[in-house]
Amino acid sequence: MSVAGFEVEVDRGAGLETEEMTLNMGPQHPSTHGVLRFVVKADGEVMRRAVPDVGYLHRSIEKISEKVSYHGFMPYTDRVDYVAAMFCNQGWGMATEKLADIEVPKRGEYCRVIAAELNRISSHLLAVGTMVLDIGAITPFFHAFRERETINDLLEELCGARLTYNYMRIGGVAWDLPPGYEEKVLGFLDRLQPMLDEHYDLVTENALFRARAASVATISAEDAAGYNLVGPNLRASGIRYDVRRDEPYSVYPELEFDVPVGTGMAGEVGDSFDRYWVRLLEITESVKILRQCFRQIPEGPVIVKVPRKLKPPAGDAQVRVESARGDMSWYVVSDGSEFPYRCKVRTGSFSAMSIIEEISPGLMIADLVTVIASLDVVAPEVDR
Amino acid sequence: MSLVNSLSQGVITTTADQFLNWTRKSSVWWMLFGLACCAIELMQTQGPRADVDRFGAAPRSSPRQSDLMVVAGTLTLKMALRTKVLYNQMPEPRYVIAMGACASCGGLFQLAYSVCDGVDKVIPVDVYVPGCPPRPEALTEGILKLQEKMMTETWLVRRPEIGAQA
Amino acid sequence: MDADEIYRRLKDEFGEKVVSIEASAKDPFAVVEGDAIVELCTYLRDGDDIRCNVLTNQSGVDYKSEGYIEVVYHLYSYAYRHYAILKVRTPRDEAVVPTVETVWKAANWLEREIYDLLGVCFTGHSDLRRIMLPEDWVGHPLRKDFVEPTEYHGISTTRESLLR
Repeated sequence: MSVAGFEVEVDRGAGLETEEMTLNMGPQHPSTHGVLRFVVKADGEVMRRAVPDVGYLHRSIEKISEKVSYHGFMPYTDRVDYVAAMFCNQGWGMATEKLADIEVPKRGEYCRVIAAELNRISSHLLAVGTMVLDIGAITPFFHAFRERETINDLLEELCGARLTYNYMRIGGVAWDLPPGYEEKVLGFLDRLQPMLDEHYDLVTENALFRARAASVATISAEDAAGYNLVGPNLRASGIRYDVRRDEPYSVYPELEFDVPVGTGMAGEVGDSFDRYWVRLLEITESVKILRQCFRQIPEGPVIVKVPRKLKPPAGDAQVRVESARGDMSWYVVSDGSEFPYRCKVRTGSFSAMSIIEEISPGLMIADLVTVIASLDVVAPEVDR
Repeated sequence: MSLVNSLSQGVITTTADQFLNWTRKSSVWWMLFGLACCAIELMQTQGPRADVDRFGAAPRSSPRQSDLMVVAGTLTLKMALRTKVLYNQMPEPRYVIAMGACASCGGLFQLAYSVCDGVDKVIPVDVYVPGCPPRPEALTEGILKLQEKMMTETWLVRRPEIGAQA
Repeated sequence: MDADEIYRRLKDEFGEKVVSIEASAKDPFAVVEGDAIVELCTYLRDGDDIRCNVLTNQSGVDYKSEGYIEVVYHLYSYAYRHYAILKVRTPRDEAVVPTVETVWKAANWLEREIYDLLGVCFTGHSDLRRIMLPEDWVGHPLRKDFVEPTEYHGISTTRESLLR
């Protein structure tokens, strides 16, 4: 059996009885992705099957949408994915605006994109930092969180909150960019590049990291599409699809950026290293987008007047937003009253959790941690 | 420590209670029990800027090795039963901080059918830190308040456990 | 290809099994017979020029006043960048729909969630059990007539006073 490039002799003879163990990687565990539980059937160190058990963070957000109004549901959308909350806000805003035929002013759209791309950088930094922490390296985690602190300060200046922003409203955004914001953000982006270079030397070129992540849990393109993997997970498996470029929304048609795809740089196309590498490249793309936004942003209002009791006409609408964890699909049904009739969110982590049971046979228990971290699963997206 | 007489040779006099409490408060090891959004702020509190390590607080993964359980996030009914089990696994003296609105009283999820409205329905809580999520500075103040509470403990008299029957 | 064109091809191929096409909605959809959903989905996945190889979303909506539960399938094609929306209506008191797990593996967990929260049984599913709620939960919460239980394992579900 080959483990990280070394040949390992497994002696199964000599009259030894080996049994399959059932272990519990319980809802409380040091991996930082929230309350997920796996029932692992293992033969020694090698897993036969890892069955996920989710629902420990099921906060019935979809049912709550039927009890509060369209405007009042905006803070709840932050909690659907708190690491990348701006995208959830944007998804809900866009779904309601599609139902009610509301058009957001241009400056409002640019403010949304600026906030969203800053949040994307912050979310990818967390994903990459916690992936490396779960594998065992502690220092890059603190580097990532140091940069996240600066982004939290920037977003706090914009909307008053560090994590669950509630910045966007139906019809635009709540507040305009504060004075001097452009210099602060561009200054931060200039300081981000040396940190990414340092991270490259520390982690990406590291032989230990490559041994843990390369060629681990390779997902082929057909499996990725069949299981509906989205976002960086899908792009790492080779499918060059990004909602911002292929089903464009907001002001993304006016912005130029690339869509990075996994190339099997360290191992095979679609392994854990590719998923990590695609996220790092996406941070650079977000930096590009932010610089363009600040050059192109027009003057004008940031929000359009929307009735306080918003009653969209009866019908349903589906909107897809490219969140940090992939294409998040918001499906809203309205019955003509001021409360939504049904709201369904299909998130990237939900599909990623469902594929873990399929790819787990043959992996080692330590690889399970790498896989969860590389798929960037967060518990609230799975359970809502 | 209030009873400090330091003589010129560098000797400190105190009571046994004060000494034990001082050692315990200076190394509060907290269990990684991040459930939801507050967990990210808990990680930021452990991070480079609002560093709780300067107060001696270090994260531990296992309840068997920790003094403090920071319930960071919403407690669902499915998780509440496991929270009780984990609390019982912690060795005494053990403390609980309910971080955030969801752990204190259910927060904005009181409308939900599957959320336990406050962690104090299953385990006794020492400090409630409000916020949604509380800033790292707020959580640090919560830990400092807990340290003040720890200084008032007396080790000869056992702390009465409220609702601790399994 | 336009969504209308896809529905027209479906209607030509399957006739009566496509009950109606709603082309004037914000997202045009086709209501289809529940029993034929598997062959319709296989046709949409494999048909040339259609190739909807992704099930991006599958949701259930409880229309209590009309007496049915609607399962909505959002399909998408990476190759051709077009989408199709199918809806299946099943009566509320006996909600049974064939599973499309054999067509797209993503349906596995999506259908488990609809079963858990709305009580729709998917025949032929490999592993139909609750996913979000505890195993011993009673009721299907997303139904409009769901009554919240007053307690679960001894923990009451209301907050009597904030100053507990």
